[in-house]
Amino acid sequence: MKLTLRIWRQASPEAKGKMQKYTLDDVEPDMSFLEMLDVLNEKLVLDDKDPVSFDHDCREGICGSCGMVINGNAHGPQKFTTTCQLHMRHFNDGDTIDIEPWRAKAFPVVKDLVVDRSAFDEIIKSGGYISVNTGSAPEAHAIPVDKVSADDAFDAATCIGCGACVAACPNGSSMLFTAAKVTHLGLLPQGQPERATRAINMLATQDELDFGGCTNVGACHEVCPKGIPLASIAQLNHDVLGATLTGARSD
Amino acid sequence: MVITPQRNIVSRTWGTSVGKKSVIAVTGIVFLLYVIAHMIGNLKVFFGIETFDAYSQHLREIGEAIFGYEGVLWGIRAVLVGSVVLHMWAAFSLWYQAKKARPIGYQHRQRWEGSYAARTMRWGGVIIALFVIWHILDLTTGTVNPLGGDESAYLKLVASFDRWYVALFYILAVVALGLHIRHGLWSAIQTFGANSALKQNALKTFAFVVAAVITIGFAIVPLSVMTGLVR
Repeated sequence: MKLTLRIWRQASPEAKGKMQKYTLDDVEPDMSFLEMLDVLNEKLVLDDKDPVSFDHDCREGICGSCGMVINGNAHGPQKFTTTCQLHMRHFNDGDTIDIEPWRAKAFPVVKDLVVDRSAFDEIIKSGGYISVNTGSAPEAHAIPVDKVSADDAFDAATCIGCGACVAACPNGSSMLFTAAKVTHLGLLPQGQPERATRAINMLATQDELDFGGCTNVGACHEVCPKGIPLASIAQLNHDVLGATLTGARSD
Repeated sequence: MVITPQRNIVSRTWGTSVGKKSVIAVTGIVFLLYVIAHMIGNLKVFFGIETFDAYSQHLREIGEAIFGYEGVLWGIRAVLVGSVVLHMWAAFSLWYQAKKARPIGYQHRQRWEGSYAARTMRWGGVIIALFVIWHILDLTTGTVNPLGGDESAYLKLVASFDRWYVALFYILAVVALGLHIRHGLWSAIQTFGANSALKQNALKTFAFVVAAVITIGFAIVPLSVMTGLVR
């Protein structure tokens, strides 16, 4: 396959970036998208040029490191697929592919396609956990969990924190990420003591970090590689409004 | 990160994006109930001038013994004006927050931008607000009505829609209203936390049906004047 790539190049957080054009003549349809970028980078290194920086780790679709906006699509055209699991057979010979980083004020560009997603860590720190005493683990069957709650909690727990929801949201909102964590912990018995404060604190942090507000457009769910349901946002709203009415607080 | 607890319910609600959305949702439901009542009232135009004008007069006399002439009507107007202020204030605040959240946009247009109704919520809302101003000047105060203010409500309506461009503008406005309700009603249900993965399609269909009924229920009046069914 012969491809024309237009890639966002930005040398540093302060530098002014621009789309740079590259051509690749020898792309195999069986290559993953990241392998295709590896081929480009090898070529750039041989030409004594700066290779394109991008995040990646497991390349198995489970770590949440990779992610780029491909032709206006977070993680590319294939549904329920991370960039590393996307293969070049979904593109045609002669295609021009635009590759851009996640765009959000809370995700500043570090270099090229690498963005700083520490904002997600801040959201997690403000409530994405349960408080338990460490020591020997309790017997797993001691606290029964009904199947529907267990399944819904597990669906939400599949969130890998890649940030595609923020990248695709017309409001630059991290609502689906926050909602996945709140749903995951809020549906399980162990998450109940902190349920109300978790929802308001995580949302407050999200708002404070300059993420936008949710308008229920649904773009987040469309691009989510794990297919986190939009209904998890309803769960977050439910917990936040409940906590707002009762005045739940953590101090 | 230390979160300062918001002890007062007003600041707690107004202090989060979800709280502001709930304000938009509650005031939106107020508008929706008003619009349904308004539509039912409008449809009396098909029962003739006496019924329609009697209804118009009745609106001014409801609860007169307690609240005085037009007392209830002004009460409803006050609630609506208060709701408009809160609805738009919260919406503009979230609009600003969203603008701030993505200072640098994409070069390649986003492929998945949501439904047309979802994408036109903000500007659509502004257009509906401008229409309502015209609508009040036309059919309530009569300032821009060919017959002026003191005529029968029925005759003012017919005279106004006899101008094709006014009828067309009205129909476009109720289509914009329908789109706003289609996304707004579903969105309000989601904001109240009543959505679930199983119910989502049914809720979206429900919002669509409500929006379609309201759009048709309003648009049928200018269409009937244009086609000569209502004279």
